[in-house]
Amino acid sequence: MNKTTPATVPAAEAPAPLKSAPSRPEPRPERSTGSRIGELVQRQGVLAVLLTVILIASFVYPTFASLDNARGVTVQASFLAIVALGMTLVIITGGIDLSVGSVFALGGVLAAWASQWGFFAALLVPLVVCGAIGLVNGLLIARANMAPFIVTLASLLAARGMLLAFTDEGATTYLVPKDSAFAELGQGSVWGFGYPILIALALFGAGGLLLQRTSFGQTLFAVGGSSDAATLMGLPVARTKILVYTLSGLLAGLAGALNAARLSSGVTIVGVGMELDAISAVVIGGTLLIGGAGSISGTLWGVLLLAVIQNLINQIGSLNSSYQSVVSGGFLIVVVVAQRYLARSRRTT
Amino acid sequence: MAPTHATPPHPETAGAGAAVAEPVLEARSVSKRFPGVVALDDVSFALRAGEVHALVGENGAGKSTLIKVLTGVYQSDEGEVRVSGEPVRLARPFEAQQAGISTIYQEVNLVPLMSVARNIFLGREPKNRFGLIDFPRMNRETTELLDGFGVRVDPKRPLHTLGIGTQQMVALARAVSVQAQVVIMDEPTSSLEPREVETLFRVIENLRGQGIAVLYVSHRMDELYRICDRVTVLRDGRHIHTGELSPLERMQLVSMMLGRDMAEVRSDGLTGFAAEGHDAARTPVLTATGLDRRHQLHDISVELYAGEVLGLGGLLGSGRSETAKALTGALPLDGGEITVDGKRIGRPTPAAAIRAGISMLPEDRKAEGIVPGLSVRENIVLAAMPRLSKAGIVSRAKQDRIVDIFMKRLRIKASSPEQKVGELSGGNQQKVLLARWLCLEPKVLLLDEPTRGIDVGAKAEVQSLIDELAREGLAVLLISSDIEELIEGADRIVVLRGGAVAGELAGDEVDESRLLEVLADHTPGDHTPGDHTPGAVPADRTPHAGRSDRTPDAEPADRAPEPGGKVPAGQEDPR
Repeated sequence: MNKTTPATVPAAEAPAPLKSAPSRPEPRPERSTGSRIGELVQRQGVLAVLLTVILIASFVYPTFASLDNARGVTVQASFLAIVALGMTLVIITGGIDLSVGSVFALGGVLAAWASQWGFFAALLVPLVVCGAIGLVNGLLIARANMAPFIVTLASLLAARGMLLAFTDEGATTYLVPKDSAFAELGQGSVWGFGYPILIALALFGAGGLLLQRTSFGQTLFAVGGSSDAATLMGLPVARTKILVYTLSGLLAGLAGALNAARLSSGVTIVGVGMELDAISAVVIGGTLLIGGAGSISGTLWGVLLLAVIQNLINQIGSLNSSYQSVVSGGFLIVVVVAQRYLARSRRTT
Repeated sequence: MAPTHATPPHPETAGAGAAVAEPVLEARSVSKRFPGVVALDDVSFALRAGEVHALVGENGAGKSTLIKVLTGVYQSDEGEVRVSGEPVRLARPFEAQQAGISTIYQEVNLVPLMSVARNIFLGREPKNRFGLIDFPRMNRETTELLDGFGVRVDPKRPLHTLGIGTQQMVALARAVSVQAQVVIMDEPTSSLEPREVETLFRVIENLRGQGIAVLYVSHRMDELYRICDRVTVLRDGRHIHTGELSPLERMQLVSMMLGRDMAEVRSDGLTGFAAEGHDAARTPVLTATGLDRRHQLHDISVELYAGEVLGLGGLLGSGRSETAKALTGALPLDGGEITVDGKRIGRPTPAAAIRAGISMLPEDRKAEGIVPGLSVRENIVLAAMPRLSKAGIVSRAKQDRIVDIFMKRLRIKASSPEQKVGELSGGNQQKVLLARWLCLEPKVLLLDEPTRGIDVGAKAEVQSLIDELAREGLAVLLISSDIEELIEGADRIVVLRGGAVAGELAGDEVDESRLLEVLADHTPGDHTPGDHTPGAVPADRTPHAGRSDRTPDAEPADRAPEPGGKVPAGQEDPR
């Protein structure tokens, strides 16, 4: 699935001579087991780290390894995962979407408010509004050629403002009717695994196909790899950018709605700083922040890694939970350094 | 292959060569203006099916602008573009491609991080029955397609791991494999090796046979006369001439491009250097002894005198640019010593070299020199800032004075000192860079390929500037892969081979045959490609055999020139 390697890219020149006979059409090169492991670690490095952390934690904290805890961790992570999915697509095009946290909160409040008119209203209203915010982001970035950072920073503020206006500065709380189909969407489960987890997994499957096996996905890589080249090749660059920001808005809105369904109410203070968590997860997952390379699966592992770390810190009762950010921040640095190191060692072997 | 290969859109003209036919692509009275410049002024131009049409002109003549109008990158201010007789509005490159116009740009315009196959099929990927991309088929078709171009690479390899020539061939394969009626090639050979050029010509013949029109832009006269049927000359944004190429004498063509009298061109020669040499001083300004760098430079010693032009000759990978970089302190050395005016530079760094009076005009002016977003004035005074400022405050009056002097002296063509450098032609950009280094009042000027990629007229001007500078007492080191430029421009030539000094030519020895002998190790014409070891690669390369063998990873093969004086890839040929 993960075909692109998150390597640091040398400008345009070929790196050191790789093979003795590069002219042959690549006869499955016989490589040492070591280099193959190295490649695997580089491609799925986050997964390796995630598994190691889980393995060690399971021995040290017996409560960590319980099924209940696993259910709790994954359902918590599923909302961030859905948001990070959209973020991955945006970052692959070389952009950034800072608005997702606010949009997530707005989506939740809108869903709770609309849930009085039933299941479909509760889903449709946040999707339409949040999709529209994403669309505006995309139009400003692609058509008006504005910097994604600025545009989405503005919509971060705007969405948060709309949210406050809508809830009378947080004084009004909209509740999801008990035992409604919409509440069930957030709280129901299969074998104890909540619907949000299943929805997130389904979206990741679809996202993976979209990214790797469709023209749209290829265009995302092309736009991020070289926007000029993509334009000159006649690819629909502007349309792709508009679509990807719309998609990011839709996903953030959906995640917010699911979260509201789970909490039975539209909580206004959620989603603050969520955009940074999403970006961290994407980068830890091996997607290049400058665009052009990345994967959906990596993001999934990145999200889980962040969630596991948070859970571990909660398990260590003596540690203040504020330290979670410190640890995830540290991880971000470690991962980026490790990626660069691995990429370099792979080039020289 | 069948689904991706172009089918002849005009069967009735197929194989008819340059027979008269309805124009497939036509520009009618097209004008395009940019701030301060008229890039195209009422230009009309028609391309017939099955012809190879040369588009020539100096840089700044409007060739690139015309191409961009024809490919939908720019929209013309006036006039119209017609495809097969129908007026069209090409608002985006996509629309031009829909209309059957395919383009290969001078700088490879593909996505470096993506695989070869993905690059070729971007936007038109083969799908399986679920509507998902069929990668096995895509890779298979890529291999088949590239086989036809004599390129054998793994279609799954990321593009950036290939050599630049191979990347250009991939771009060519992409352009040709779409259903094109017109293929536009902008300097396609500038990064190709001679063997790849042959392949390109074969492909062009093939296109001609299929009735596809090719618009071919190049500075290299040899290529034009070999491959093109007709020619269109642009100058200063205006259409000068269109007609059959073969009856046209080269000198005539050059004089049309330059807008100069033929007699004048004849008497001046094709380079801008004066016939006589310079009076060099007796003591060297710059002495470099025993420059050493593992795998790249081996015990190189050079002496440079004031008032002379010293040529540094050698093939690609011989260590020419590395030597120059070492002299400016930009390349760390393992050993050796550099002295300027008797003073030794302790640890060579670019700052120390500049202080000592060494300036260098880098080879790649886009990447290493020009700041396109800044104005002409800002670009010129960039390096001189410390000298022009007092306590951190830059004197604008001093700036303006210096800029004025150099713009006049170097004949820089710009609407004003405040025009952005990115809007100037290649030749003028080069002059701005030259001005930047000259206002530091250097003792030694290193020029790495000063005329590469600039047009004939500007080339001659830059060459005569070099001449003037040496006459005024500057010590000039000239690196050029243009043999003519090296021989006419330099008083002495130090020839490098494999990172070491292979010989020195002085006085009467400075001529083409002597130079070729030294370059080719005294046995011209007796070398297979890949025989020489470029400086940067350890000498353990296996010899390759077979015509389709490619070495995309290796440095460009250090190639012995053919006896006829044909020079290796990547060079301008002014003849």
